[in-house]
Amino acid sequence: MAVTTQDQQHGLTAHSHGGGQEKGHRRVASRADHFTSFDVNAFEVPGGREEIWRFTPMKRLANLHNGAAATASVTVEVMAADGVRVETVARGDERLGVAGTPGDRIAAQAWTSFTEATVVTLPKDTKVEPTTVTVTGAGEGQVAYGHLQIRAEQFAEAVVVLDHRGSGVYADNVEFVVGDGAHLTVVAVQDWADDAVHVSSHHARLGRDATFKHTVITLGGDLVRLTPVVTYTGRGGDAELLGLYFADAGQHLEHRTFVDHAVSNCRSNVVYKGALQGEDAHTVWIGDVLIRAAAEGTETFELNRNLVLTDGARADSVPNLEIETGEIEGAGHASATGRFDDEQLFYLQARGIPEEQARRLVVRGFFHEILLKIAVPEVRERLEAAIEAELEAVGA
Amino acid sequence: MATLEIKDLHVSVTTDEASKEILKGVDLTIKAGETHAIMGPNGSGKSTLSYAVAGHPKYTVTSGSVLLDGEDVLEMSVDERARAGLFLAMQYPVEVPGVSMTNFLRTAATAVRGEAPNLRHWVKEVKGAMADLDIDPTFGERSVNEGFSGGEKKRHEILQLGLLKPKIAILDETDSGLDVDALRVVSAGVNKFKESGEAGVMLITHYTRILKYIQPDFVHVFANGRIVESGGRELADQLEEHGYVKYTGNQEAAKVG
Ligand SMILES: Nc1ncnc2c1ncn2[C@@H]1O[C@H](COP(=O)(O)OP(=O)(O)OP(=O)(O)O)[C@@H](O)[C@H]1O
Ligand SMILES: [Mg+2]
Repeated sequence: MAVTTQDQQHGLTAHSHGGGQEKGHRRVASRADHFTSFDVNAFEVPGGREEIWRFTPMKRLANLHNGAAATASVTVEVMAADGVRVETVARGDERLGVAGTPGDRIAAQAWTSFTEATVVTLPKDTKVEPTTVTVTGAGEGQVAYGHLQIRAEQFAEAVVVLDHRGSGVYADNVEFVVGDGAHLTVVAVQDWADDAVHVSSHHARLGRDATFKHTVITLGGDLVRLTPVVTYTGRGGDAELLGLYFADAGQHLEHRTFVDHAVSNCRSNVVYKGALQGEDAHTVWIGDVLIRAAAEGTETFELNRNLVLTDGARADSVPNLEIETGEIEGAGHASATGRFDDEQLFYLQARGIPEEQARRLVVRGFFHEILLKIAVPEVRERLEAAIEAELEAVGA
Repeated sequence: MATLEIKDLHVSVTTDEASKEILKGVDLTIKAGETHAIMGPNGSGKSTLSYAVAGHPKYTVTSGSVLLDGEDVLEMSVDERARAGLFLAMQYPVEVPGVSMTNFLRTAATAVRGEAPNLRHWVKEVKGAMADLDIDPTFGERSVNEGFSGGEKKRHEILQLGLLKPKIAILDETDSGLDVDALRVVSAGVNKFKESGEAGVMLITHYTRILKYIQPDFVHVFANGRIVESGGRELADQLEEHGYVKYTGNQEAAKVG
């Protein structure tokens, strides 16, 4: 049976794991030593065996990792709410790059290769209506690089939807600069066409008492690899990273979250849920959390659950929690990958509900807690419909 | 008038490639208006009988037949059986995370009745049925059976019984895990369901105490995968006094009630 899980459900505390790494994980180095650089040439061309690449099918990356040149650009359209500023800026804009540094060769390649960036600024002390940034791929066979920065100024309160659709190969960096006391909610939807390859690094830098809710929904694309990284610059930062993915036959959907707790009294909560169906559907979730020595009073939890609907699908799930201080509020992680629960199906059917409908109820129920938290009703409805559409194929 | 006919039913369960016969020729006919109590020691196959009739995929019928009003139940899928009028209140109801009780009940009622119930009537009907069973209205928003206590799960099984109004109801140890008050409430729910006289009930139990609330017309002793003795109410009293030792030869299993 092609189901793997490297870690069954268990919580842990600072006392049992203080200062150490988790046993049983194939970690070669601490996340603290993870290499980052804006210079693409500072990274070797990965071969695929490296820890951060070992799950990714390198052949399907269209050479993004090996210097692929841009052949076109994506189309970026911003439906900005009143008061929101939208700018297209050149490479040299000094605001760019402040939220984080590329952590792998493709992110560095994207940084080196983009020609113009979109900067969306959410005004301070103001609550604004949702803003939507739609990124449409450059077309089948085309390669494009991009850069986007979302700035939530001090005490801004806003929702931003990033909507990715269309065809082609695309690598980008997305920055979230969340000012002191700001509340930024982001929903990033990857609803690509079947041929698309998307490798994306999200860098969030949270100010003091900032709240950042980041929801990733990945449904379409041949290969999607998303790396959300969160750092804190002041106390009281609160990050919630939610993810929902649904992989069909042949799709590779990879999510690698990293929360870097280097400041005291911050919180993070990571919940990713995925469903898989069909031959060679493959999902990967890597959840790194690092609580550095200075990050006293940290509270963190991360969870990944996968629901394998058919044979031939494979879910990899690796939580990594490193704790360098004993003075934390709480830390835990859980990961589980399971088959579709036949008992649930039986129970619903025994109440007269036809099998197909029962399956949908169970899967919808599985994703319920994530969908429930999507603040924009239109987006939630669209995603519910997209999930229904995915489910039409179940058991077919 | 509904009739469930179980004839010479043999059922095996498959585990790790090996197959084990559990039911070894069960004969039982339940007619509308009748209540049949099935009593037997642990592991004798009572739940297996109820699951096999409901169509649980783990249990394989190797021979025999099950007919509902002459229709071959064994040819039907699980949901078809339910829509045909069979209902199983489970010994261990299943939790379905993320699916609200309200949504579940309405989906089930729509499936069984063949059309979506009128919303206003439905809300009233559910509210009334929940009140009858002392179920707090807040349960409607909770996920199906998730985090419910044993007794709460059983009440919700009977709630579904009342709303889905099957022709034949199989109640698998609905009484176990209930305190005295809950037992009374749940029994009242079952009796209300029986009132119409149009439904048959198979009441599986370990203990005679529920039979003080729900009057059985027949009592069957179940041992080692078959019915070994049948009688009236008085048989339950004998079991109360002497236990199953006569049927199993096993001192351990002698204690009932
Ligand atoms: N899914 C299964 N896998 C393996 N063995 C099973 C399974 N279901 C039932 N059995 C076995 O079949 C026998 C009958 O079980 P069953 O649950 O039908 O008994 P029961 O009469 O309902 O017992 P109880 O009074 O404890 O509920 C037992 O030996 C049990 O271990
Ligand atoms: Mg039983």
